[in-house]
Amino acid sequence: IACLVMYLFAEFDDAANLLAANPDATTISIDEPVEIPKNQRGRLQEPGREEDDELLGTDDSDKTELLAGQKKSAPFWTFEYYQTFFDVDTYQVLDRIKGSVFPVPGKNFVRLYIRSNPDLYGPFWICATLVFTIAVSGNLSNFFIHLGKPTYHYVPEFRKVSIAATAIYAYAWLVPLALWGFLMWRNSKVMNIVSYSFLEIVCVYGYSLFIYIPTAILWIIPQKVVRWVLVMFSLCLSGSVLVMTFWPAVRDDNRRIALATVGTVVLLHALLAVGCLAYFFDAPELDFPAPIIPAHNGTTVVTKSQ
Amino acid sequence: FAGLADVSISEDIPVEGEITVPVGSRSPDEVYSTLDEPVKDTIMRDLKAVGKKFVHVMYPKKSSALLRDWDLWGPLVLCVSLALMLQGGSADSKDDGGPQFAEVFVIIWFGAVVITLNSKLLGGTISFFQSLCVLGYCVLPLTVAMLVCRLVLLAGSGTVSFIIRLIVVVAMFGWSTLASTAFLADSQPPNRKALVVYPIFLFYFVISWMILTFTPQ
Repeated sequence: IACLVMYLFAEFDDAANLLAANPDATTISIDEPVEIPKNQRGRLQEPGREEDDELLGTDDSDKTELLAGQKKSAPFWTFEYYQTFFDVDTYQVLDRIKGSVFPVPGKNFVRLYIRSNPDLYGPFWICATLVFTIAVSGNLSNFFIHLGKPTYHYVPEFRKVSIAATAIYAYAWLVPLALWGFLMWRNSKVMNIVSYSFLEIVCVYGYSLFIYIPTAILWIIPQKVVRWVLVMFSLCLSGSVLVMTFWPAVRDDNRRIALATVGTVVLLHALLAVGCLAYFFDAPELDFPAPIIPAHNGTTVVTKSQ
Repeated sequence: FAGLADVSISEDIPVEGEITVPVGSRSPDEVYSTLDEPVKDTIMRDLKAVGKKFVHVMYPKKSSALLRDWDLWGPLVLCVSLALMLQGGSADSKDDGGPQFAEVFVIIWFGAVVITLNSKLLGGTISFFQSLCVLGYCVLPLTVAMLVCRLVLLAGSGTVSFIIRLIVVVAMFGWSTLASTAFLADSQPPNRKALVVYPIFLFYFVISWMILTFTPQ
């Protein structure tokens, strides 16, 4: 019996050794592609690159890489497959929102918060909230701007909700698709260390739109200066999150292409903000009375005549 | 096997027996057989079920009657009456009026389906139609608010009437959200409750916004 017990303990020891050996084995295999470019390129070590490698090489991300490989194994026509995209708890969603609003310099949003668990809950509901926030705030702002006028008749402007929905959902899904396709194409030409899956890009874009929700509410204030300061501020915050996410993915590429990609990302983000501001929020009136135009032409005619 | 080949039944012997399966007792028969009852009984039974659910919504307690015997009659009636009452506002402006009948319908049903899918994807244990049933029935306080708003607007459309409408709509919006949360929250995993409740909040907020911004022509 003692021999049996000793044998069992030996088995456990072997298993424990194997388990201890495993994390080391995987860290070696993941570190290798990172090591080679460092030696081959021979460039000056940028601090960002080292931090990136550090983030890639930690045990935590290794384990999540392993788990991610095992997670999404259900075939795409079953309900369980789609449940894997909603595998987030409340605190995780709140953390991701916080990470999109307060960018930590040098840290990558995807590596830090998403870690191979991209979710569709955040992008979908943040876009839905943004659609209704913009429509409601625009309506309220127009109401307050035109309040005293005798010819103004309040209309709920419900049509604008569907236009807002189309614009925002198209931005949140088509731009990531285009960006992902572009990054895949460049990946085939230039070996990049960092590459993102389509869902991770959708996730980053979805969460980066969160800052526009309080911005849209504050746009009710009918002052041009205030509105444009808000645009700049929110663009800086969420734009920096996007830049810090996508810069590591393109910086190994041709300098001009990398800058053009990141520039396009920021430009589209700015266009969305400015477009929403221009279309849904009438310009605040100046002090002199604008020419009286019948209300049925729509309030936008009055503002255009300024 | 030669002997078996000769087996044959002579036509003179009649073959008889009972095909019907004997029922254990007569009483389950009388309960489930609704074919012979007068039509009034059938209709009244369904109406009573719908009415009982309305009462459950107005006084939300943790009863499982709303969940167990789901039906979609109540939500349909509420949705149609709400959509009808939202008509007749700013009808002659070209576009930017209130929501059309079809838009209200689509928002309510499509919104309820999306919220149900969301809660199921997050790991909820409630069935699809039970969730639709609860979300539809909890539109009742907002339909009552719409009725009150229309009555108040008949009296006048100044600031006082707006304040009254605002208070009524906000109160009913809170009631709807609390009622549906009371019924649906238990079936969700505990660390994702806020993720499930937020879309319900957004859904009733949008409906409340449509009710509050209704302006008659």
